Amino acid sequence: MNRQGRPTGPSVSTGETAGATWTGNRALALDEKLLFELDGWGRTGVDLPEAELQADRLGGLNRNKPIGLPGLSEPQAVRHYTRLSRKNYAIDMGLFPLGSCTMKHNPRLNEKVAGLAGFADIHPLQPVSTVQGALEVMEQLAYWLTTLTGMPGVALSPKAGAHGELCGLMVIRAALEARGDARSRILVPESAHGTNPATAALCGYTVDSIPATPAGRVDVNAMVAKLGPDVAALMLTNPNTCGLFESDIIEIAEKVHAAGAFFYCDGANFNAIVGKVRPGDLGIDAMHINLHKTFSTPHGGGGPGAGPVVFSEALMPFIPPAYVVREGQELRLVEDVPHAQVGRMTAFHGQMGMFVRALTYMLSHGGDGLRQVAEDAVLNANYIRESLKDVMTPSFDGPCMHEALFDDRFLKDTGVSTLDFAKALIDEGYHPMTMYFPLVVHGAMLVEPTETESKESLDDFIGAMRSLALAAKAGDTERFAAAPRFAPVGRLDETRAARTPILTWQEPEPKAAAE
Amino acid sequence: MRYLPLSDADRRDMLASMGVGAVDDLFRDVPQAARLDGPLDLPRQQGELEVQRHMEALAARNVSAGSVPFFVGAGAYRHHVPASVQHLMQRGEFLTAYTPYQPEISQGTLQYLFEFQTQVARLTGMDVANASMYDGSTGCGEAVLMAQRVTKRRKVILSGNLHPHYADVVDTVTRFTPEEETIVRRAPAPQGGEDLIGLIDEATSCVVVQNPDFFGQINDLTDLAAAVHEAGALLIVVVTEAVSLGAIKSPGEMGADIVVGEGQSIGNSLNFGGPYLGLFATRQKYVRQMPGRLCGETVDSEGRRGFVLTLSTREQHIRREKATSNICTNSGLCSLAFTIHMTLLGEEGLRRLARLNHAKAIKTADTLARVPGVEVLNETFFNEFTIRVPRPAAQVVELLAQRKVLGGVPVSRFHDELDDLIVLAVTETNTDEDIAALAAALTEVLQ
Repeated sequence: MNRQGRPTGPSVSTGETAGATWTGNRALALDEKLLFELDGWGRTGVDLPEAELQADRLGGLNRNKPIGLPGLSEPQAVRHYTRLSRKNYAIDMGLFPLGSCTMKHNPRLNEKVAGLAGFADIHPLQPVSTVQGALEVMEQLAYWLTTLTGMPGVALSPKAGAHGELCGLMVIRAALEARGDARSRILVPESAHGTNPATAALCGYTVDSIPATPAGRVDVNAMVAKLGPDVAALMLTNPNTCGLFESDIIEIAEKVHAAGAFFYCDGANFNAIVGKVRPGDLGIDAMHINLHKTFSTPHGGGGPGAGPVVFSEALMPFIPPAYVVREGQELRLVEDVPHAQVGRMTAFHGQMGMFVRALTYMLSHGGDGLRQVAEDAVLNANYIRESLKDVMTPSFDGPCMHEALFDDRFLKDTGVSTLDFAKALIDEGYHPMTMYFPLVVHGAMLVEPTETESKESLDDFIGAMRSLALAAKAGDTERFAAAPRFAPVGRLDETRAARTPILTWQEPEPKAAAE
Repeated sequence: MRYLPLSDADRRDMLASMGVGAVDDLFRDVPQAARLDGPLDLPRQQGELEVQRHMEALAARNVSAGSVPFFVGAGAYRHHVPASVQHLMQRGEFLTAYTPYQPEISQGTLQYLFEFQTQVARLTGMDVANASMYDGSTGCGEAVLMAQRVTKRRKVILSGNLHPHYADVVDTVTRFTPEEETIVRRAPAPQGGEDLIGLIDEATSCVVVQNPDFFGQINDLTDLAAAVHEAGALLIVVVTEAVSLGAIKSPGEMGADIVVGEGQSIGNSLNFGGPYLGLFATRQKYVRQMPGRLCGETVDSEGRRGFVLTLSTREQHIRREKATSNICTNSGLCSLAFTIHMTLLGEEGLRRLARLNHAKAIKTADTLARVPGVEVLNETFFNEFTIRVPRPAAQVVELLAQRKVLGGVPVSRFHDELDDLIVLAVTETNTDEDIAALAAALTEVLQ
């Protein structure tokens, strides 16, 4: 088959199935045009009455020019978006081993509860006397988060993990400024998520990178050497992005504190230790928690997430509004703190829809179930690691925590890259693992199965991974270079997309002008 | 535990196959001192029925918008969302997908993002839009940072009639940046007539205005845009009520350089403030300075059209501390809801919806103007306006709530000194009976 050339017309690709179809479809694999290419011009799919409007009060600023928005009737719209949905991989369809992302099952009770009118149909600026139940959800969520982390303060409002990081670092900066010592540097390990240095820069800090030891942990001596009176904080992910627990973490915290700095933990990997270890007991001062990871709120194809931040006692005075305080039977919402060091992170009070889902998840599991979550997540990752270690190359000695990190040494001289391997996994019916992250190992493949996979599901996945590893070693490179062969589209030209960005649909040029 | 598939026998078998005695052996890197011996002092696991009962009891303690005459707006609006929107966005293929980093198996998400970007660009009258931000307020903060990058200047002028939370967020995100900032935040001008042009100078990076503004007034921004451009700065226009774009001349037509909006109104529920949907659109020439994810068109290995996330060299996972923003997500599912609702509306439906909102707001304003003691401040408005009352507004709103009418937002919730103003929003969901009930309750409260 043709891998280099780009035939122009519609084509039915691989040689596996015989011939083309007239529609370009293949049974349940259906092509779908863009909304703008369907016959929706001048149509609408809603029945709204015509307004009784004699004279408007728009001050002469009426929108008179056409906007250019097609409309579809309900049956057309349902079909269009249903067809599109079928071009996505999703947790509901299979194991989603995307390391660092905690793609666990999203319980449907959470969705049902979040849809109750008492949560979905309330306004953030209603009188607080009419939303006492909502404030109680926030209070209960805060109780669970502080209890699970052993950290007494919490800012609920950040909208996502990176937004939580921003909140956490701003609070740290405010605390340092309050003692007249803003400082200028943040230490970040080489293996950190990209958001960590980006956040530090947004808070006006420079970033200093700390190397890892051969065992995949922070090099404590290197860190100590970089500590100084200008260091504001250490930002560390624990368990770290190599899927390993930072075994020297208590010593690290002591050294950081001795230097007058704060210890920020990226809580992206909290799922590995929830109910087993409290970050507060490790000496951590601030940590964001991705409710969309550990506490199962849906990833939604890229958000919305939620990133509450827990804080140690020392940082509590700097927590930004809005937050809830109890006064006897009544809950009060603190929306404005005069002269606050850290102001509001967002309009209103945070991702209520996610708070409801996360609290529902917590209540379902209980303290005992959450502990089991961590144990099963770690067990599943280790089971994969052990089952593949003879054919792939784990980057570090075991055991791992909730994710297993492999590198591309096992692909050496096969002509197959990590990218090829990942794309071949698509053909086997899986979403690929995280690839090329963390940056500290070559050709990284980070596998996080989560606790919501059965043993049978793990065994199937292991079977697919083994078969690919063995095929690569056996020189069956075609299977990789052509991959994905069975996805709705083949490998996409990302360079072309970035070179001449086409970011919106444009009316096609008149036919005569076309080639 | 219904969400955990492993049985005790599975766990034993798996541990045995690895030659590990107990699961705690896998946690051996955790310092002994930090290990918890058993579950924390939290409730134990519960069945679906028990949990649902607990959560329903909490929900029942809230007064939902649909259960009373409801006129609360000020940045979030109650509109009717067609049933098919909720149904489609709850499909597992959308709900439980990840960010489309593997485009070959994410074309569903990517294609609707491309549709979303096109819809938002057209609505705002701009060239390009991104795949969404957390919400309107954080989008506003990002727009200011972007204007500072584009102009390499620091001074920011915020209209006093910008939503106060949005202005607060701008304050927050610019406070700790390395360079010295000048944020000029004007006092609110409930009756309009704000002069921003006189504040613009050579240090100005941007002027931020909201339209319709926080008090509901509609302003022609054309002259302001000309003055801003004259000074080499950017005009950022905030729209908190996306439905207004179906009636009012677009920010792009009035000369905006960046438009940020709250897209909640279209497709999304009130949700007590989140999750919401930040709209972010700009002119083509600034595209590489934009924050957030962008979806772009390309072709696959066989020349077929496909979509990918693109221009990621702006983003944190590539650029780390040099990224245009630390943002790592968008508001995917909310943008899907927006796109589906927008698709059902079409231009025809959107215009009709906007007219309906406007007509009902006029009717409400005229009705309230006849209530003794009430003064309607606005000469222009779309679906939201401000009234002055002869008693503290917060008290009035509370007394209305006791009469089972949610009658707007007291401005004192944001500005202590403006204690006699209430901002009210009216949408297609309000009936004539709602309007009569509001007027009657207000008359009673003000007697």
